[in-house]
Amino acid sequence: MNRDSNAYTFGFAAAMVVVVASVLAFTASSLKDLQQDNVRKEKMQNILATIGIETDREGAEVLFNKYIVSQLALRNDGTVDESVDPFSGIKLALELKKNENEQRFPLYLADVEEDSYYIIPLRGSGLWDAIWGYIALESDRTTIKGAVFDHKAETAGLGAEITQQWFMNRFVGEKVFAADGSLKGILVSKTNNDPKDLDKDDHEVDAISGATITGDGVSDMIYERLTHYQSYLTKNETTAAVAVNE
Amino acid sequence: MSNKKTNKPLVLFVAKEKESLFSKKNRALLTDPLDDNNPITVQVLGICSALAITVQLEPAVVMTISVIAVMGASNMIVSLLRNLIPNRIRIIVQLVVVASMVILVDQILRAYAYDVSKQLSIFIGLIITNCIVMGRLEAFALGNGVWKSLLDGVGNAAGYGFMLILVAFFRELFGSGKLYGFQIIPESFYEMGYVNNGFMLLSPMALVTVGVIIWLQRARNRKLIEKG
Repeated sequence: MNRDSNAYTFGFAAAMVVVVASVLAFTASSLKDLQQDNVRKEKMQNILATIGIETDREGAEVLFNKYIVSQLALRNDGTVDESVDPFSGIKLALELKKNENEQRFPLYLADVEEDSYYIIPLRGSGLWDAIWGYIALESDRTTIKGAVFDHKAETAGLGAEITQQWFMNRFVGEKVFAADGSLKGILVSKTNNDPKDLDKDDHEVDAISGATITGDGVSDMIYERLTHYQSYLTKNETTAAVAVNE
Repeated sequence: MSNKKTNKPLVLFVAKEKESLFSKKNRALLTDPLDDNNPITVQVLGICSALAITVQLEPAVVMTISVIAVMGASNMIVSLLRNLIPNRIRIIVQLVVVASMVILVDQILRAYAYDVSKQLSIFIGLIITNCIVMGRLEAFALGNGVWKSLLDGVGNAAGYGFMLILVAFFRELFGSGKLYGFQIIPESFYEMGYVNNGFMLLSPMALVTVGVIIWLQRARNRKLIEKG
C-alpha cells in the first residue's frame, strides 16, 4: 500500500482517533466510580483533619458519619436552605462565580467528646490557580481549632508549602473575630515580628518566604469566606459574646 | 520471481544471527544516556522541566518514574506501528501516542494510587511537552525494533531522571536544608548562624547547577571534550 497517499493518511488518522478515543473513554468511564470515591473520601479526611482526627482514606467515611453531627447549607443571611445537600450538592468552584445571595455556604457541625466545632470550607485563588481548604472553629465560634489547605498548582517549595503541617499549625489558636465582634480573618503576614506565632490575639500568622502571593491568597480566602458565615456565627449573640470576652 | 525466491533463504540466514537480548549493543542503549549521551547535560533537551520540578527530591523522583513508564511504553507503541505510520503525519501520531499514554497513566493512578496522582497532576503537561520523549520517538523508535526501542526509551528516561534527582538533591539540601522532606541540616547549624540559601529554590539556580554538573562531567569524561 502507498503510505504517502492522501487516502491512506486520512484513513490512518481516522482509525487512530477512533481507537485512542475508545481506549481513553473506556478507561475513564470504568475508573470513574473509584476516582470519585477517592475524591469524596479525601474531602471527609480533610474535614476530619481540621478537628484533629487523623485517619486514612479507608476509615474516613465511618469516622465522618460518627463525628459530623450536622451538615448545613447556609444562605448569605445565615438562614439554612434545606433543599441543598451541603456535602455533594455544593461545588465551591462553581458557587464562587455566583452572586453572593444566590450562593449556598456549606457548614459542618462536629461533636467530639463534648466539644462542638464549626467547620467551614474555603476556596480562593493563589498565584497560579485555585487554593482551597477547611478551617474548624471552636465552640466560641472564633478560635481556630485547626486548618487544612490544598492547592492546584502553586510553586513547589514555595507556595505549595501551604499544605505542610507546620504552616497549617500556625493557625491553631488564632482568632478570626476581634473582641468587639468584628470580622478580622487571619492575615498571613511578613511583618508581624512574631515568627513563632506565640501571639494568638493578633489575627496574624507568619508568612512563607517567597510565597507572598499564595500567602495573600490564603488571607483573602479566609476573610472572604468568613464574611458569608458571619451572620450565622454571630446570630446567637450571647454565646459568641461570652466566648469573646473571656 | 524465481530469482527472488532463491535469494530469500540467504537473507533469512543472515538475519538469523540474532543478537541476544542484552548484547553489548543493547546494553549501550540503556547505559549511554546515563553519561556519554545524557539527554540533559549532553543533548541539552528537557531543560524546561528540569528547572521546574527540581526544587524538591520527591516530585523529581515521581517525575522520573512516570517519564520512564511513558517513554518505554510510547517508544514500544511507535516502534510497533513504525511501518504503518504515514510519513506526513508522523509527528501528530507520536504526539497522540504520548498524550494518550500520559492520560492513561494519570487515570489509573487516580483510581488506584490517589496520593501519587495528586503529586503528579501538575507534571502531566510537562511530560507531554518533554522534548526528550518526542525526540526519541522521532530519532529512534521510528527506525528500530520493539525491544531496542523499549531499551532506548527506558535508558533515556533514566538518564533524564538521574539528572533531575541529582539537581534536586543539591537544590533541596542547600535551599531548604532537607532531603526528601526530612530535615538534614541540624538545628544547631542554624543556631550558629547558618541560613538556607533561598536562591537555590528559584529556577535560575537549577540552570547554574546543571551548568556545574556539565562542567564536572566534561572534566571527567574525555569523550565529551570537543576537538578544535
